Amino acid sequence: MLPSKQRLFQERPAYFSKTMFLLCASGDLVKVFSTSTEECVHVLEGHTGQVTGVILNPTNHLQVYSCSADGTIRLWDFIDGILIKIFVCGWPIFSIYTQVSKSVFVSPENFQLVALHLPKVPEQEVEAREMSAVLCNISSNPGSTAMGRGGEYVASVMGRQLTVYFFKKLKTYRFSLKATDKKGAKNAFTCVACHPKDDCIATGHEDGKIRLWRNFNQKKEYTYSTQHWHHDAVGTLCFTTEGMHLLSGGVESVLVQWHCEEVNKKDFLPRLGGAISHICVSPDGQMYSTSHLDNKINIIHCSLKLSAVIQGLVKGNIWTDLMIDPRTRALVMNGRPGHLQFYSLQQDKQLYSLDIVQQEYINQEGLDQFEVMRAAFSVGGTWLATVEERGRCTSDLESSLKLWVYNEKAQSFELNTTITAAHQDRIMHMCFSPSTETTMLVTTAWDNQFKVWLLGLDSDTQKEHASWSCDYVGSYHGLQPTNCCFSSDGSLLAVSFKEVVTIWSSDTWELLTTLCQPPGPIRELCFGRLSCSKYLLGTTAKNLFCWNLLTCSLEWSTPMDVCLLRSDPLSENVVAFSLHSGNTDLFVFRPSEPRPLFTQKAVCGGKVQRCVFSPREEPLDSCDERFQWLNRSRLYFLTELMVPLLVDDSVAVTPFYLLLGKHRQQQEEKQNSGVSQAADRVQPPQASVAIKELLHTPAHVLPAASFLCSMFVNSLLISNTGKGKEPAEQVEESEKEEDDSEEEMETHDYEQEVRTQGSVEEAPPLLSKAEEKELRRVRKTDFSWVTNLASS
Amino acid sequence: MASFKPVKVQTIPKLGERVTEDTLYWKNYKAPVQIKEFAAVTKIEFSPLPPHNYVVTASTRIQVYGPHSLEPVRTFTRFHDAAYGGSFRGDGKLLVAGSEEGLIRLFDTGGRVALRQFTGHSKAVHVTSFLSDGYRVLSGSDDLSSRVWDVASGTELNSYTEHTDYIRAAAASKLNPDLYVTGSYDHTVKLFDVRVGGSVMTMQHGHPVESVLLYPSEALLVSTGGRYVKVWDLLKGGQQLVSLKNHHKTVTCACLSTTDNKLLTGSLDRHVKVYNSSYKVVHNFDYATSILSLAVAPDDKVIAVGMTNGVLSVRHRKHTEEKQEVLGKRRRNPAYRVFIKGKNYVPKQDDFLVSKTVKQHLQKHDRQLKCFQVSKALDTALEVSICIWRRFHKPEVTVAVMTELNRRGTLKNALAGRDEQSLTTLLNFLIKYVCAHSHIHAREMTHEYINSNIIFILCISLNVILGDSNKLMRLLQRLMELLGREAELQQELLQVLGILDTLFASLTPRKEVTGPAVPPIMQGSQLQAA
Repeated sequence: MLPSKQRLFQERPAYFSKTMFLLCASGDLVKVFSTSTEECVHVLEGHTGQVTGVILNPTNHLQVYSCSADGTIRLWDFIDGILIKIFVCGWPIFSIYTQVSKSVFVSPENFQLVALHLPKVPEQEVEAREMSAVLCNISSNPGSTAMGRGGEYVASVMGRQLTVYFFKKLKTYRFSLKATDKKGAKNAFTCVACHPKDDCIATGHEDGKIRLWRNFNQKKEYTYSTQHWHHDAVGTLCFTTEGMHLLSGGVESVLVQWHCEEVNKKDFLPRLGGAISHICVSPDGQMYSTSHLDNKINIIHCSLKLSAVIQGLVKGNIWTDLMIDPRTRALVMNGRPGHLQFYSLQQDKQLYSLDIVQQEYINQEGLDQFEVMRAAFSVGGTWLATVEERGRCTSDLESSLKLWVYNEKAQSFELNTTITAAHQDRIMHMCFSPSTETTMLVTTAWDNQFKVWLLGLDSDTQKEHASWSCDYVGSYHGLQPTNCCFSSDGSLLAVSFKEVVTIWSSDTWELLTTLCQPPGPIRELCFGRLSCSKYLLGTTAKNLFCWNLLTCSLEWSTPMDVCLLRSDPLSENVVAFSLHSGNTDLFVFRPSEPRPLFTQKAVCGGKVQRCVFSPREEPLDSCDERFQWLNRSRLYFLTELMVPLLVDDSVAVTPFYLLLGKHRQQQEEKQNSGVSQAADRVQPPQASVAIKELLHTPAHVLPAASFLCSMFVNSLLISNTGKGKEPAEQVEESEKEEDDSEEEMETHDYEQEVRTQGSVEEAPPLLSKAEEKELRRVRKTDFSWVTNLASS
Repeated sequence: MASFKPVKVQTIPKLGERVTEDTLYWKNYKAPVQIKEFAAVTKIEFSPLPPHNYVVTASTRIQVYGPHSLEPVRTFTRFHDAAYGGSFRGDGKLLVAGSEEGLIRLFDTGGRVALRQFTGHSKAVHVTSFLSDGYRVLSGSDDLSSRVWDVASGTELNSYTEHTDYIRAAAASKLNPDLYVTGSYDHTVKLFDVRVGGSVMTMQHGHPVESVLLYPSEALLVSTGGRYVKVWDLLKGGQQLVSLKNHHKTVTCACLSTTDNKLLTGSLDRHVKVYNSSYKVVHNFDYATSILSLAVAPDDKVIAVGMTNGVLSVRHRKHTEEKQEVLGKRRRNPAYRVFIKGKNYVPKQDDFLVSKTVKQHLQKHDRQLKCFQVSKALDTALEVSICIWRRFHKPEVTVAVMTELNRRGTLKNALAGRDEQSLTTLLNFLIKYVCAHSHIHAREMTHEYINSNIIFILCISLNVILGDSNKLMRLLQRLMELLGREAELQQELLQVLGILDTLFASLTPRKEVTGPAVPPIMQGSQLQAA
């Protein structure tokens, strides 16, 4: 049910290998990106918990270790994307460090740094429980521990103390800083990095200082020098491969390159994105990468030139509604501060980010900056209206309404009109008129007014200068308007003022009628579509109402605490989310009848904040009866945790599905209790390579239809011969077949494939050997009698 | 990596009329030349032949002016009483004029003596004109008759007394020598055909007709009278095409420009209005007093306007050659190709392209803001608006920088530690612009202005207490005074707004909102639903 890898990078560090690839942990996956094309090359999956650390194998640069909260360390060949080994540790692991000579160091649950000996045995799954504690009471932050010069020592910071442990001498040195400096600066350590060639430790501090420690193998005569550039806490530190430079980053989003030889010389690379959470350097020192808190990885050439950007779904505060851009069908919502992000759900990547505020973003905490609060698209996607606000907390609110027009040439939105202080107070809601004749926008605000904006009616010669202006200001008894909604033909506008719904004619701006159904203020308003366009739906805290506008009377109502109401633009269906004892229930109904078409109890925990219908590229023709309502669109929703979810029609019965013989349980909206994931997506069946080939070959090259028909019919016959084994069985089998390593790899592959189905990755599942044999056999046998039957 | 985003300077949309091609065309006239006549100028007409002399009828004189001369080329002073309606023949050689006495005289433009004298009208003749064959003269008189005279014999050919009031307007057809139009104070416009021997068409203008005008195609007829200008379609039997009400006093004259046949009308309200082909006013000329007569030379070279105080105002069109001359003299800058040099190179197929990063050009205050030098940025922004040269004044830049500093939360830092000199500059700026409506058109902007400045003043007052300077104290008091006055003004404006609101509310009819009344309006949505 995840539209995207919901935690694309999620503050997890990225690691380089050979400049060519970049590895990063993302949820319970490890992704391999190409540094040149920014494409995801492989996805390493297998962990059942969140992946907490990824590190290259120091002895073999084609292999990588990953550790996870599920208590395993896995060794991968990331070039081919193959799992080599699993080391079961038993405790959740929070970070991993390696050393050439010795074994792997991990910091398990109770924040100890332990040396873990990885046994060298041929089996794939190994118990690794031989461990010795190195340091105890270390910070949970992986950046606060670092291995020094060839693994001779390990440095760890915690609070105001730096701890260095020498492996050879088995000695621990502790260096403390005073609680307060002269100027009352905060001295606490935030991160540590060790020089790769020299005995030098760099530490970052809360007050933005960087200290370089030397002579730390003595208790008393240690020295340190202080550098200061960052105005806020140093987020991360990293030495380059040869130790020529020290890289640092923090909230400022500036990559600072310090020259180790000339202390005062430093280079900057500003405005990289969100706060820098991690920096890493490729083994040959050619590339740096910075991970940012806004789900972004920058790949930077060592001459401080940005070479590639990998951007995921930006997760921040979402104030705007979820919207679908009618042109690109991308999901649109708040992205980077002051931007709207256009996120393609099909390709699972950010298409582009539209700068709404067009002001320099100051990376400073506690600064009141402009944010995009509301946004709306016109029906064709030609116009975009946005509202940005500042000073929400203080009394002097600054807001502006901006109208953007889509430029075909530039393929993006261009600013057409800026209206500063469109309303006296905050704009609550806005919507475009769906009618094609006029371009009209309605805004409702807290200043007890709703305003109608029209595109300027200029003569044809000056069309390019057409701008928006206010056409009508409406109010009703000084009440505060909350919602507004146009009927599907754009002739009527419904505006809710507390308990009262007012209906206005959009031609003359006459108040046609009022509808009132006390008690309680109206929360949501929504017109029916298509054949139900005469119905108006409204919700209060206790009831769901449906009015018939032809008779101006209440058609039906039902007691229900609806927190969100949306209508599908392509059908009559309306979806309502209702909060019930901590869980949210989903109801789908048509306004014409009070009976729901579809109900789903406890879709997710917590309150659903936003939802949106995303139209499908092409409507599904065959579908389960229960999921008919999802034929034309998908439904995405956001919970309080700001985790985007998707209600999917888990299974569609297609010929491919039968051919592949995948028998998966109809696990709709199953919830995964994992740390990282809030829910799991059930994937629609995918065509296998063979089927794809079959479909993509031109018709004239294909064998006779009779032959294909027979294959298809045959597949129906063999479909229930037990191909869809449970993954657990597979594991058991693989354990039995220990000797034949090749066989093991293959079955393992299959196992992975089975798991794939439960996740989002759209890799085509391979046919198992048995299935292939069956197919081959089928091909040989003559089933022409079936076609004869069919033709007769 | 995004580049630095410079401070957005809020530009205020220019209010007022939009500049169109028409306005540019009609603005392209020199300042008017004023010629003083003896009395009100009742009629101006241009000769159809080059050099396009024009005849001006004022008082007892009929004077012919050359296109550029301020002195009359020729003056006819044969009339004992006021002369009216001097007009040229199609070849520009003969001239005819009526008079208060009821006489019509015919002159040779080269001579001085009247060649013919048509007698017969019993009252003043206000309009005279040649018919298009050039051998006949038409006249309209206050004795309710319009007559046609033969030039050769000097005898009256036809006389029609169909109007019931004074005839004050007439126009002869250029295409047909037997047709002419007269307009009268009896509110009608009549089309006469000499061959038929009477009027063939009558149009009700609704007001005393002051002038009539035929389009060159002669399918359209323009009549003016009262505040209205009406256009009639003659081919549709005199159907009214459009009625224009753009003047607020009687429209006395109308004429057509020769390019595009734009209609010009002059009125007693001292304006000449220019209409485009869809009869929208595209330009407006203002004059000192009420306009009685108006004429445009061929090619729109000259606009001549006669007024009630006897002033003849002549506007000449600016020459395009003059402009080019000026450009030629001024060409000191490097040629275009200097700038384009090397930039229009199109890379060949095998060329290896080394891209050069484009350097972002920033204003000085932006450069300082980029480096977080807030105090300097404020100084730079203030410099812009205290510059000696007025046209470099950009108060909006200063305001934009101040707003940006406020957004960054560094306004206090920028103001801290300033000496008396720089604080005086700042206060002077505030005093000058805090209520400057002329500079800031939009009210919102003013609002914003004060809003951000309130914080400002607080900061400054802190500084002043520390500084303890008399001069600053005085400035601050003045600023406070100004703000107080502004607040009062705003309050008054709000009161006026409230009064207007009640007025408007009482004007709009109250509509009863009832449930059953609504369904008919819902038909549309019902249809769509079906």
